[in-house]
Amino acid sequence: MVSIARILDLLEHVRDPEIPVVSITDLGIVRDVRYDGDMLEVVLTPTYSGCPATQLIRDDVERMLRAHGVENARIITQLSPAWTTDWITKRGRARLSEAGIVPPGDTVPCPLCDSTHTREMAHFGSTPCKALYRCDACLEPFEYVKPI
Amino acid sequence: MSSHVEYVLRFGDSALVLAQQLSGLVAHSPIMEEDVAIANVSLDLFGQARLWLGYAGELEGAGRDEDRLAFHRDASEFRNVLLVERPNGDFASTTVRGYFYDLWSYLALGNLTQSLDRRIAAIAEKSRKETAYHLRRSEDWLVRLGDGTEESHARAQRAASELWPYTGELFMGDDVDVEMARQGIGFDPERVREPWLERARLALATATLDVPGDSWMQHGGKQGVHTEALGYLLAEMQVLPRSIPEAVW
Repeated sequence: MVSIARILDLLEHVRDPEIPVVSITDLGIVRDVRYDGDMLEVVLTPTYSGCPATQLIRDDVERMLRAHGVENARIITQLSPAWTTDWITKRGRARLSEAGIVPPGDTVPCPLCDSTHTREMAHFGSTPCKALYRCDACLEPFEYVKPI
Repeated sequence: MSSHVEYVLRFGDSALVLAQQLSGLVAHSPIMEEDVAIANVSLDLFGQARLWLGYAGELEGAGRDEDRLAFHRDASEFRNVLLVERPNGDFASTTVRGYFYDLWSYLALGNLTQSLDRRIAAIAEKSRKETAYHLRRSEDWLVRLGDGTEESHARAQRAASELWPYTGELFMGDDVDVEMARQGIGFDPERVREPWLERARLALATATLDVPGDSWMQHGGKQGVHTEALGYLLAEMQVLPRSIPEAVW
């Protein structure tokens, strides 16, 4: 049987299909990895209930496990407790920042010039989890992962 | 059909019908940011509808999954509230309809998080977080349109007055509601009337809009008695899977 630690390591390499700079473990959507007898169970939670990435992520996880010799695996979707952006890991936040996507926080600094003179242009963005912002100092438009 | 299935269908159908309405506005919004927002709200509601309908199908135990329920039922089998089947109209109508629904949905889901049915509580917990964002946006827009130009004010007022008679149904309980509340699965819809009215009145006042007076309240959607509008909506939504049931995409 492949060890849990090894499985977690594999899951680190499953990218979010819409924000490929982060992995699914970075986002905190992998809630549990355990064995039920010889059946591996991977518990995932969706970020948003209508997020189109959810199905793709399930498929990617299955493919990744199978490619590494895990034949008996079950993916379980768990809704409660509901996903929160607090579960995005430190590394996930750093990776988002590097890609110019501002992680959730008390302030929304511009990813280009660090100015906090930024404002929301729309509550929603290119994916369900983001909002559109603009920097009033350097005029850079950017995306912000809204706290949920 | 059991009260339990009926009850879950009501929430699923309301989310589904509104999601379908909003999807019809994609690429027709007044500005790009709103187009993105409308698509996102629609997507959230489709996601919520899938969770509700999927569960309704499991409870029913007759082999109907979410797609079967969405695409292979006629209007009289839908249990959505009448408010969400009102046509999109202009941007003011879309906004006011969205606001009335979002506020009710947010309050209703809050009650459902306390459900003894853990699946319902989980769906409500998930959906409520998303709905909080929908509400924030629709309330902002209500105020911007009402307290905007003469034209936007007039349109927002007209929309509020036209849609008001469809708000009463949100708080009207029937045998299904009573039964579900008794079992601790659901809640008495009357409980959200005052909190809804209080916040809606405040928002309308901030938007410099008159609160429509008492009027006859339309109802029947929850029992499957719908307006003509739902038939057209379903015809468009269902035509492909009904014509080509084997189609996959």
